[in-house]
Amino acid sequence: MDVALLEQIVSLMAAHDLNTVDVRDGDRRVILKRGIANAVVHAPQVVTARPAANPAPAAASEPSTTAPDESRYLRITSPMVGTFYASPKPGEKPFVTTGSVVNEDTDVCIIEAMKTFNNIKAECHGTIARVLVQDGQPVEFGTVLFLVNPS
Amino acid sequence: MFSKILIANRGEIALRVIRACRELGIQTAVVYSTADADAAYLKLADEAVCIGNAPPKESYLKMDRIIAAAEVADVQAIHPGYGFLSENAHFAEICRECKIEFIGPSPEAMARVGDKVACKRLAKKAKVPTVPGSEGEVENEKEALEIAREIGYPVIIKAAAGGGGRGMRVAHNDVSLQGGLRQAQAEAENAFKNSAVYIEKYVELGRHVEVQVLADRHGNAVHLWERDCSMQRRHQKLVEESPSPLLKAKTREALCAAAVRLVKAAEYTNAGTVEFLVDRDENFYLLEVNARIQVEHPVTELVTGIDLIKQQIRVAAGEKLPFKQEDIEQRGHAIECRINAEDPSRNFAPSPGVIDELRLPGGPGVRLDSHVYAGYRIPPNYDSMVGKLIVHRPTRAEAIATMRRALTEFHVAPTKTTIPLLLQIMDNQSFQNGEVDTGFIERVMLSK
Repeated sequence: MDVALLEQIVSLMAAHDLNTVDVRDGDRRVILKRGIANAVVHAPQVVTARPAANPAPAAASEPSTTAPDESRYLRITSPMVGTFYASPKPGEKPFVTTGSVVNEDTDVCIIEAMKTFNNIKAECHGTIARVLVQDGQPVEFGTVLFLVNPS
Repeated sequence: MFSKILIANRGEIALRVIRACRELGIQTAVVYSTADADAAYLKLADEAVCIGNAPPKESYLKMDRIIAAAEVADVQAIHPGYGFLSENAHFAEICRECKIEFIGPSPEAMARVGDKVACKRLAKKAKVPTVPGSEGEVENEKEALEIAREIGYPVIIKAAAGGGGRGMRVAHNDVSLQGGLRQAQAEAENAFKNSAVYIEKYVELGRHVEVQVLADRHGNAVHLWERDCSMQRRHQKLVEESPSPLLKAKTREALCAAAVRLVKAAEYTNAGTVEFLVDRDENFYLLEVNARIQVEHPVTELVTGIDLIKQQIRVAAGEKLPFKQEDIEQRGHAIECRINAEDPSRNFAPSPGVIDELRLPGGPGVRLDSHVYAGYRIPPNYDSMVGKLIVHRPTRAEAIATMRRALTEFHVAPTKTTIPLLLQIMDNQSFQNGEVDTGFIERVMLSK
């Protein structure tokens, strides 16, 4: 965030007697609050919040990452809430990459929840067409992890 | 104070907690099932995490996914709302083990008041009157007759493993007791695979009067006065109000003091409600303790001016209560009507689906706690409450008039709601006189 810009905003607030200014720029956000006597609010905070308008954290929602012609792909979705890991251990090769052949029992990733590591199976036959999430990314129930070209 | 909280609930109570957090400057993450994915209240949280499919067992009751969501969202505390996991001591225990603050009582306190037998024992110690009855299971007819004569007819025979009104029989004399005992045992065996029954004094024309309590972790416990919730249908509350009309000041004081004694004896912390049954002679008996924030909490918020959700969060963060008992006043009169998506003219058949038209009431003295809006689709998987309409005025008569006005301003289509029945209640002479009891609605209104 540009400090000069912040200073400008602060003096504008004083000049126009504004109490709250909420500025968003992409996925960065600054909330500036001034002089509210008894309100229980914290001091000006810089918040790098996930965009509040989109309920799905991190994982891109399907419309923006899958083009219309990709509707033929099978989807491997997360069955739980947790953290996605692409490899069996840090530093090792990922379980699968684009082009990997998978069948029902192939381990495609690990999702860690509450300190337990769960191997996620492909549960389908085909080849990985796209990997939609990054190593270490939080995922929720239903997050699309991989697109699979069915065989 | 927490910097981020996970709200493990849905609908209007999730929205209520989000609102409190926003005012306190606390960031929020809220869980949702696939059935609630499009709900607009999710956008008011900083983050929303999908935890499963529509059925509660696959989402709002899935402890592992909720804890995982709490970790992924990196929160310090979880607010469980009401229903779902809010009174699940095991869940509260897991939160503690994962070093996440559960906004509610400790698992031990929850268990102490949640178990009916343990709670009764605590009540005796705290000199809180309980419904007279058998100490435990009634073994045989001879024992049943002895107990009934001791506590006095009428009595009610209840299944020990039961609920939902099954395995219950009222007896007014020895003959009906003997027959009722056999029937109740048979019904209990059939419904719950357990024929154990116990006997209690049956309070006819009783009033349901409950006391809101709040306790911090520094030994301070206060009551925030009472709510009268006698207007019920099938044990579901339709209308709640404070103060309880016609209740003598002496009874009110005694009831509220008893509630505080009980929570102190249970070493209970955070918000809770102690429910009593009050008979025609204003004797009161402990029914049970609800170890959570309740649906009807706005009624108390309006008459006392205290934000209960904020206080819950503060207590969980380790703060002392900012007020003493003598600071808490009841001012004016508040009434709440629960607006359910049900058709009272078709035996309360649920009315899920999209709300096309919605015009909401407003004006002086009106508060509306609701997560719905025009275009909202009511999912069929959860309870049918679409909102709570609460009014607060200097007197009960004015509150009833304001509620009446607000109900007529409230337009919902094509969804059927209980608004017509609520209007009937507001217009009912006995209700206006304050002469109600827990059997009122079914007896007077629905038997037409």
